[in-house]
Amino acid sequence: MSLVRTLSLVWAALLGLLLLTLGASFALTGPASLAASLAIAVAKAALIYWFFMHLREEGGLVRLAALGVAAWLVIFTLLTSADYAMRP
Amino acid sequence: MSERIELHEPFSDAAQQHEAGMLGMYVFLGTEMMLFGGVFAVIFVTRALHPAEFVAASQKLHVFIGALNTGVLLTSSFAVALAVAFARAARARLAAGLLVAAAGLGLVFLGLKAFEYTLEIHEGLLPLFSRPANFSGPVEHLFMNLYLVATSLHAIHMTIGVVLLTGLAWRIARGGVPLPGRVALVENSGLYWHFVDVIWVFLYPALYLAR
Repeated sequence: MSLVRTLSLVWAALLGLLLLTLGASFALTGPASLAASLAIAVAKAALIYWFFMHLREEGGLVRLAALGVAAWLVIFTLLTSADYAMRP
Repeated sequence: MSERIELHEPFSDAAQQHEAGMLGMYVFLGTEMMLFGGVFAVIFVTRALHPAEFVAASQKLHVFIGALNTGVLLTSSFAVALAVAFARAARARLAAGLLVAAAGLGLVFLGLKAFEYTLEIHEGLLPLFSRPANFSGPVEHLFMNLYLVATSLHAIHMTIGVVLLTGLAWRIARGGVPLPGRVALVENSGLYWHFVDVIWVFLYPALYLAR
């Protein structure tokens, strides 16, 4: 079953990204560390959503419902950040 | 396979019923994401306001227990993904076994988390439980409050997931959930489990890996 092989590769990639984020936390500090750990977390979430949570098999409506939430969360976070960034 | 799916009112075909089920589950997960989104917003604002103290507090957490637990959760998600694949192929026993394995890994996660909490209680770092508490300053106290709220909220979701998967596996094994006729039940329970995994994928770097 080739699906089992695909899912196994995704699992291996997820564990690889876990080791990468752990290693990056010893190598980087400050904003670079935050950017690296968030980028790796987004990559892991993308793998889980795309393969484990079936987004690659679904149509546009379900993908929109799944990713629309992430888009809203980005908007809320940006507005919150703008508030804290602009405070005197 | 579609003609073997149990069709319910008001859907006209299996594909439409499947899409509606996935859409409903994703909308529910959206509300869950908003709940955790508020917690993440507070974590990032606290880090932005007190970068040095936030990093110092983060370094006191048990980073390798957290890493091990991340690996345990990713592996449990892999088991659930396999369970859905086998449920779709009408391999009911295998699917039930994989769901039990995933729930077992969930219990390993909760056990390690409880062990980590007891370490923090002895270190005087866990709010509410450490007596006497021993924080180096108000930001560390705030950080550990956030840590306790975020990880315990996640642990509650894990507990619900373990009960959900165990109950589902039990019903499949007893023949109460014909597969693939009612595979939507396995798919949607799987979505919930993967979502709780994704939350931890973000909690781990946000709390444990601030440097």
